[in-house]
This record gives sequence, structure tokens and C-alpha cells, in this order.
Amino acid sequence: MGLLSTGALVSGCNGSQSALNPYGAPAIHLENLIIGIVALSAMIWLLVMVMLVLALRRGRGAETEGRTSEGRLTMTVSAAVAVTVAIIAGMTIASFFTTRSIGVPQSAAVTITVRAQQWWWQVIYAGSDGTPTFQTANEIHIPVGQDIRLQLESADVVHSFWVPSLAGKQDLVPGRSNDLLLRAEKPGIYRGQCAEFCGLQHSHMAVMVVAEAPSDYARWITSQRADAMMPADPDAASGQAAFLAKPCAACHTVRGTQATGTTGPDLTHIGSRQTIAAGLLETTRGSLAAWIADPQTLKPGNNMPMVPLTSIELQNISAYMESLK
Amino acid sequence: MRAVADREGVRDTGMEAVELDRRLAATWSTPPGLWGALSTVDHKIIGRRYIVTAFVFLALGGVLALLMRLQLAQPEARFVGPDRYNQIFTMHGSNMMFLFAVPVMQAMAIYLVPLMVGTRNIAFPRLNAFSYWMYLAGGLLLWIAFAVDTGPDVGWFAYVPLSGPQYAAGKRADIWAQMITFTEVSALAIAVEIVVTVFKQRAPGMSLDRIPLFVWSMLVTSFLVILAMPAIMIASTSLILDRLVGTHFFNPAEGGDVLLWQHLFWFFGHPEVYIIFLPAVGMVSSIVATFTQRPVFGYLAMVMALIATGVLAFGLWVHHMFVAGLPRLGESFFTASSMAIAVPAGLQIFCWLATIWAGRPIFKTPFLFVIGFIVVFVIGGLTGVMVASVPFDTQVHDTYFVVAHFHYVLVGGAVFPLLGAVYYWFPKLTGRMMSETLGRWSFGLIFSGFNLTFFPMHILGLQGMPRRIYTYQPEMPWSGLNMFISLSGIVLAAGFLLFFIDAIRSARSGPVAPANPWGASTLEWATSSPPPSYNFARLPVIERLEPLSDRSDPLGIVEGLYTDRRELLITGVVEARAQARESSVGSSIWPLLAALATSAMLIWSIFTPWAVVWGSIPIAVALIGWFWPKGDPEDET
Amino acid sequence: MIDSRNPNWAFVAAAFLLIGVGAWLGWFRQARELRVDPPVAADLDQFRLMPNAISGTPPESYFAQGKLYETDAYNLSQGKRLYAWFGCSTCHGDGRGGVGPSFLDGWWLYGPEVVSIVASIRDGRPHGMPAFHDRMTIEQIWQLAGYVQTIGSYTPKTAAPSRNDDKQTRPAENRGPAKILFDEGPVGVHPDQGPSP
Repeated sequence: MGLLSTGALVSGCNGSQSALNPYGAPAIHLENLIIGIVALSAMIWLLVMVMLVLALRRGRGAETEGRTSEGRLTMTVSAAVAVTVAIIAGMTIASFFTTRSIGVPQSAAVTITVRAQQWWWQVIYAGSDGTPTFQTANEIHIPVGQDIRLQLESADVVHSFWVPSLAGKQDLVPGRSNDLLLRAEKPGIYRGQCAEFCGLQHSHMAVMVVAEAPSDYARWITSQRADAMMPADPDAASGQAAFLAKPCAACHTVRGTQATGTTGPDLTHIGSRQTIAAGLLETTRGSLAAWIADPQTLKPGNNMPMVPLTSIELQNISAYMESLK
Repeated sequence: MRAVADREGVRDTGMEAVELDRRLAATWSTPPGLWGALSTVDHKIIGRRYIVTAFVFLALGGVLALLMRLQLAQPEARFVGPDRYNQIFTMHGSNMMFLFAVPVMQAMAIYLVPLMVGTRNIAFPRLNAFSYWMYLAGGLLLWIAFAVDTGPDVGWFAYVPLSGPQYAAGKRADIWAQMITFTEVSALAIAVEIVVTVFKQRAPGMSLDRIPLFVWSMLVTSFLVILAMPAIMIASTSLILDRLVGTHFFNPAEGGDVLLWQHLFWFFGHPEVYIIFLPAVGMVSSIVATFTQRPVFGYLAMVMALIATGVLAFGLWVHHMFVAGLPRLGESFFTASSMAIAVPAGLQIFCWLATIWAGRPIFKTPFLFVIGFIVVFVIGGLTGVMVASVPFDTQVHDTYFVVAHFHYVLVGGAVFPLLGAVYYWFPKLTGRMMSETLGRWSFGLIFSGFNLTFFPMHILGLQGMPRRIYTYQPEMPWSGLNMFISLSGIVLAAGFLLFFIDAIRSARSGPVAPANPWGASTLEWATSSPPPSYNFARLPVIERLEPLSDRSDPLGIVEGLYTDRRELLITGVVEARAQARESSVGSSIWPLLAALATSAMLIWSIFTPWAVVWGSIPIAVALIGWFWPKGDPEDET
Repeated sequence: MIDSRNPNWAFVAAAFLLIGVGAWLGWFRQARELRVDPPVAADLDQFRLMPNAISGTPPESYFAQGKLYETDAYNLSQGKRLYAWFGCSTCHGDGRGGVGPSFLDGWWLYGPEVVSIVASIRDGRPHGMPAFHDRMTIEQIWQLAGYVQTIGSYTPKTAAPSRNDDKQTRPAENRGPAKILFDEGPVGVHPDQGPSP
């Protein structure tokens, strides 16, 4: 049921993950190019098919008719080749100009570092002029109408960052750093997914790009910079105690507590994110509990172990996680 | 000179046909029984064996495809888990590329090229036998590993670091890499044989402009194999070294480079597509010529297109890496070269259309497959032009759009012609005809099943569905199309099943075929179906491109060859003037033993580098036995 | 293509039949285990140690699984990840020791049995080895212990992991480092580490 409501939520944004639903300048350029080339190609295909059918029909009954001379055939074939060359040249030029329009500009409003790991996205917002950096996971917030430069790195194997509604994809290669221009023209939540095979859970490595008005974005930045809230609710408070006492804290960071693990995603504001486990489930107390109780059934092979917990501990930790807005 | 005197009595000059057949059969035929089967060097027996084995791998790979479609039919299905699914799609890709597509094309060449150029056996017949055993061993290695849950799970492209020492636990990736070595050794061996057979063993008078288009296509393909395959062998060997010995070819921290793998892999991987596609082009030309009852229009243009494709094939590999973060200027160059290859491909299509236009088509099953080929391949070629564009590719790279694209190219561009070729040459392979009725049904099912299965994948890709995912979430809008694709896959599978049933049934009890059932004009149809062990009782002399086209003017023949040894005629490269008589080797068990020794060394070397040292001793022994002088008098020249 | 006069097809067919049977059996063979059932995991905690906390008996289920954590490549490679993630190298370096003892010198203060290593990680040891039972699950401890044992094994295991994509500091585990480095004798341990072996 959680899954279904996630569906409603995720597709409640401007159409999900599709190259044909562009909401960013690069993706719009790309869609124009795609539609243009596909339409032209469809016409070429139809033309070839017409020729094929005519050739087949002509030959069938035409024992007595005069056959076309070799010379005329040569002319026709040469003309067809010349047309092919012209079309190919046209497509190459169109492709070249589109490439220029989606290039990463030197001066971007915001630079965000995305480090892909098996099988989640670590997102690092650099602090400019002395403000502290902070991390989040599987969710990137960007202001609408501005050029965003993503700096793409990988912590382990090759991944590929792809949010089709905003831009084409770009690989994250270990030992290298790639750039990608991201720009959203309209507020919304845009889903993306790892596009380069990266192992067991390649299928469940989604990322949400949340585009919002600059004022909302600034508010979000401020709230993310803050340390985690101390739980007010007694359930959540005992959840925090359990979280710190159990193996959870060895891998996850919750800023403002003793939990400083760096292996897993930073959980300081997990309650404010749209989804958990790289787009697997909507963030609710129930889905958090399901995930913590048995991560290997929901996402087999991922690096989060199944930590033995009592049902009370499970409830409390889920409550704590949910409270980390 | 003494040898000449000794042999005076057994030349074929003026010999009666029955006596000649008896003597040639005694010299050339493979001994019966198991020993004969294991030691044969007859290109027809080995070629048939290769073809059957490759089709068995096709069937197995098809079963894997069905398993994947079963898993993907519904979102979050749990029919197979991620670990098994990764093995299945890796096996499907590796199996289809390395164990089916390339070998089956080369196998057709092993069988047909010596017949088409009018000689009695392929060049280096023992190497040919060795090549088959190596291929079989590589295939068995991969499939047995898969059977015991050690199948490779890193994709058929095995990108490092995922396939490297740190992220691919166990021996799975090593088995993939070593399977490459097996199949590449066998592919290289065949390529060398084909090149030499075409250059030096053509029938007298078959000058370069009289070579059948299929032979041209196999010649160009063989050069592609010779130039492309070393890159992948270097890559896979470096990978094994990284994994086993701890070298740092692909380790960025020690000065290695992750993208080096991708460059090496695709420098092979892209020509690989043409290694599969060009033989199919040759098959299409053969079938079109026969079933339109006229020579293919534009022979010279066709040959030039083949060569141009072969050359351009080496300038495109980077279009598989458009999103890896390479410099944009370089990428633009590769866009241009990738698009340019559409020109020779287009030229070939136009020439076939012109041939059909000017000919009188006969709608038999092989020709139906060729029509299907044109319909499907043009789509695959056009989507190929699309993905050659860098910006277009950034949206569809590694999505189902690409899955659709290369199935249109490889199934449409290679498997359709191949199935047509099987229907076409089946009488020559087995001496029996396949069923026309079942053939039409099978074509209909395969054609419609194929399009229903793969066309929707274009849409899925544009809708954002990445490749190589073992499942997808229910909220994604992909489940309807995926279910439709899986159901269509059943139609496609039924078509293939019908084809296999027809082939097996016809091989046992099909109507007996005459020497030239289709009225074709190339040389393989000049001998009986199936050909005798010596191919031609008397080697033909060629005076035109289509030697059998004029019934009133029978083939010229060569006389004066010895019948008591396996004698061939060596001719010049350009004009094919007779230059020398040469004896072809007889049956030998050593190729099998050498292949066994090599296999043992290669498999052992997955586990310890010392295998290369100690394992080479049995190989040396086998090779010494293979090349041991038999005390025969030198071949006279 | 199948010529009944020619017997070699029978052998080819037999070979493929064998593969088919193998595949069928392999399908039902235990696959790479990504999830351990909670009761099995709980049982992993139930090993028995000798009174001196050196050596002991693993739980019965461990043998039933074919000594999974010592022989299975996937678990060993997961152990290697945990070695890095849990900062083992802070004290033990890349296996050559430092503040903590070396694994490569062929000396095991508490014996080379995997149970001893599991106990060392889970419960800690005197002279500075912390207990990890509240930082890792028992399954992870077994994975890590299997890997640590592999670092110090005298002959390389076939399933041992290979080098990391990192700076090279010593031969990879599958190259038998302990064997190579054994001649150098035990590395002097930190004075706080107790009696030198």
C-alpha cells in the first residue's frame, strides 16, 4: 500500500522519468532533436518500404514488360546515395549544435557534488564563503530557472546520473570527475535513476530532483544546514537512544548526536526526504519500519544489514527517523 | 622429380568418372566411427558441427531471454533475484555474441567458402579442427559455470571496476574473461583460414572481380576479426592479471585507467557488430541474386561498400562512450564517423532494391527472410543513426531504446538473413530440403513476434526505462508495455521453435535435394548435395562472375591432379592463375589433443599464474605431435 | 544437419544433455546468499569458546552451511569492505599491524580459528581491542572474521579477494601474503598489546 501511495506521490510530479516530458532547458533541446530525427527517420523508412513494395510488385507479373535499364538503375541508386549523404550531414550538424546548447557553462549559479555509491547517491552541498557544507542522500534540491552544475564522482564502480526530464545522462567514473548541466524551468519533483549497470541493486538506485522557487530553496538550505532536531516525542526519544546504542550509528551520521558513521547515507534530515533507500519507498513511519526490519528482502544485496531489534525498538527507531525533518 | 615418376599412374587425367570418385573418396573421406569423428579435418563436417553447436547456443540463449521476460513481465516480480538475473543477462549477451553470432557466421564460411571458391578443403584444415574444439571448450566452460551458479554477473561488456578485483567476488568475472580467450582464439583461427583460402585457393580463373559477394563479405569480415579481436584479448587478459596477479591496468589509484577498459572493449566491440553483420550482407546478396533470377545490381559498388564498412568500423567505437565524459570535440568526430557508416549501408540496401526492381522475385522462404531483413534492418540502421548523435544518445544510452536498436540490427540485420541462409543452403548442408510450409509459418511468427517484442522497447527507453534492471517499481509507467513485450516474446519463441522443429525433421526425413534446387549460379551448387568429401571430382575453371548462370556453357575443368594424396590447386591472389599443386593434410587427432591441453592451461590459469608455465608443457607436446614430420616427400611446386 | 550415419552427433548431444542436467541441478543449488534468516543469524551468536577464550566450537548451523564465512567469495569480499568501513586499518594497517597486532606475520595471539577471531571482534580483547557487538551485526562480524583469517592464511584461498582499487601496499590476499611475509618473523607489537608471541 505504501508502494502505491509512493506511486501517487512520485508521479504526482510533472510526469515521471521520461525523455519525452522535458522540464529543463537541456532536456527540451534534446526532445526537439529527438522528435526531429525520429520524424525524419520515419519518413525515410516509409520511403524505403514504398520502394520495396513497388519493386516486389513490379517484378511479380512483369515477365513481358521492358526491364529498367542498368543505366537508369545506376542513376537512381546514385541519387539515393547522394540524398543519404545530405541527410546524414544535416543530422550531424543538428547534433553538433544541440551538443553546444547543452554544454556546461563556466559560471553556474550553484555547484553540487554527487558521489554515487553502490547503491545510493551521496549529495554534497559545498558551503560557500565559510558556511558549512552538508550532505543529503538520494535527493537533490535545486532552484528553478538557474543553471546548476553537478560535479559527478563515484566512490566505487561506474554509475550514470540520469534525470531524463531535466537533462541527458552522464557517467560517474571512479578516478574522474564529470560535469553535468541541470536546469529546471518549473517547480516539481523529477525522478532519475542510475543508468549504468552497477551491480546487484542497479535497479533500485533512484534519485529525486526537487526543483523549487528560489525562496523555498533558500529555506530548505537553511533547514538542512541545521543539526538534527532533538526528539520531543517520547517514542522518538527512546528511538534515538536505541539508534545510538545499536549498530545503526556505526554507519550513519545524524549531526548533533554521537552517530557519525560515514558508510551509509547521512540521516540528519531523513524525515524531510521524499523517499528512502534510493527511491524504493515513500518516507513514512511504516515504510521506515519495513525497511529497517528487513532491508535484504526489499533490496537484496544492499549493504545495510538486518539488525536484530525488538518490535518496540523498531517502532521507536522508525518514529525517531520520521521525526528527523 | 622421383616423386613425380612414382606418382605417374594416379593422376586424374582422362580417368573415368566412377573410378575417379572411388579413388578420391578413398583419399579424402573421413574414417568412420568415433576416431574418425574426433580426428576429422573435413571443412564440411567441422562446419556443420560448428553450425549445429552455434544453434544449440542460440536456443539456450533464447531460453535465458524468456526467463528475463518472465521476470520483467510484472513490476517487482520475484521470479529470479538480482544475483541470478545479473548472471542471466550477462550469459544472454555473452552467449549470443561470442558463442552464437560470430561463430555461426564463421561456421557458414567454413562450410561454404571452400565450395564457393571451388577448392577441396579449407586452408589449414587441422587449425580448423582445433578451432572447433576450442570453441566448444569455451562454450562448455561458460555454461557449466552458469549451471553451478558461478556464471559471470558483470554484463557482457564487463566494465571495470565492477568486474575488477575489488567488486567482482569469486571466479565469475574470470570465467567470462577466459571464455573470451577461447572464442577469440577460435575466431582468429578461422579468420586466418578464410583469408588464405580466398587469397590462394580459388579455382583457376576466379579473378578478384569474379568472387561471389558472400565470399567477399567473409573476406572483409575475416580481416575485421584479425584486427579487432586482439584488442579484446588484451583487455580480458589484463583483467585476469588485475584480478589474479594484482597488476594495476585499471586501477586509477596506481596510474591505471577505468576508461582504458572501455576503449579496448569497444575498439573490439564495435567492429564486432560488423563482424556479425557483414556475413549476413553476403548471405542476403546470395539469396537476392538467386530469387530475383539476376545478378546483384552494382557488384563493384557492393564490394566497395563492404570494404568501406570494414574500414569505418574501426572509427566508431567511442559512440559507445558518449556519456563517459570524454572531450566534446572528439565526440563530434565520432558522431560524424558513426553517421557516415550509414552511407555504405544505405548503398547496399539501394542496390538490393534495384536488383529486386529489375529482377523477377520468387517468394520462397529464404527470400521472405530477406524481405523481413530489409524491413527490420532499415529501422535498426535509422535508430543507429539516432544513437550516433551525441545529444540524442545522452537520453537513450543504456536504456531499452538501445536494447531495441541493437536487436533490430543484430536480429534483423543478421539473424533474419542467417535463417534465410539456413533455408537456402540447407540442401547443400544436408542433402535434404526444408519444408516450405513450415518455413512460411516460421517466418511469419518470427517476423511478427520480433517486431511486437522489440518495437515497444524503443518507447520504453524514451519513457526512461534503463537497461539491465532486474525489476522496476510499480509506480513507473512501464508495466503495461513490459507485459505486452513478454507476451509477444512467446510468439517469437514459437517461431524459433518451429524453425528448429523444421530443421531437425527435414535433416532426418526431408525430401532429397538435387544438386542445384534453386537454380542458383554460384559454384557451391555445381557439386552434389551434400558435396562428396573431396567437394569437386574435377576442380572447375571459372570464366565469369556467375559460373552456373549459362546452362549451355558448362564449367571448364582442371585435369592432371593426383588422386592418391589430398591435392589442391594454389592460385594467384589477383588473377587466380594456377601457381602450384599443394597437398592438404589428412585426419589427425592432434588438434583435439592440442585443444584439450590449451583448455586445461587456460582454465587452470584462472586460479594460478603458474598454470601458464606448467600448462604450456602439454601444449608443446601436443604441438610437436601435430607438426611431427611424416616423412612425406616435399610438395612439388 | 543431423546425420544418423555419423555417430559424433550422439556425443555432441550427450555433452549438451549433461549441460542441461547440470543447469537444472545448478538452478536448485544454494545461490549466493544475500539475506540470512534471523534464526540462522541468531544461531551464529551461539558459538562456544574454551575457558581461556582461545579457540572453540562454531555453532552447528555454521557447518551445515559449509563454513560459509571462510570459503565463500562473496562473504569474504563483504568482509573486506567491512574491514575498510569499520576502520580496522586504523590500528591493524593493511594487515601489517600498527597499534594493533599484524595479521600477516603468521602469529595469532588467540589462535587462527575463525571462532577466536569472531570472539575478538565481538567481545573485544585486552590491551585495546574494542568490542564491536553493538556496532556490527553478528553476520557482519562473521564476514569480517573470515576475511581477517584470510589475510593471515599461509596458503591463499581460491575464494580470497584480490587487490583493492587503491594504492598498493602489499600483495593481495589471493597471493598468499602471509606465506610471502612469514620469513620476516612476527612484527613487534605495541607494548600495551601484552606479551609478544
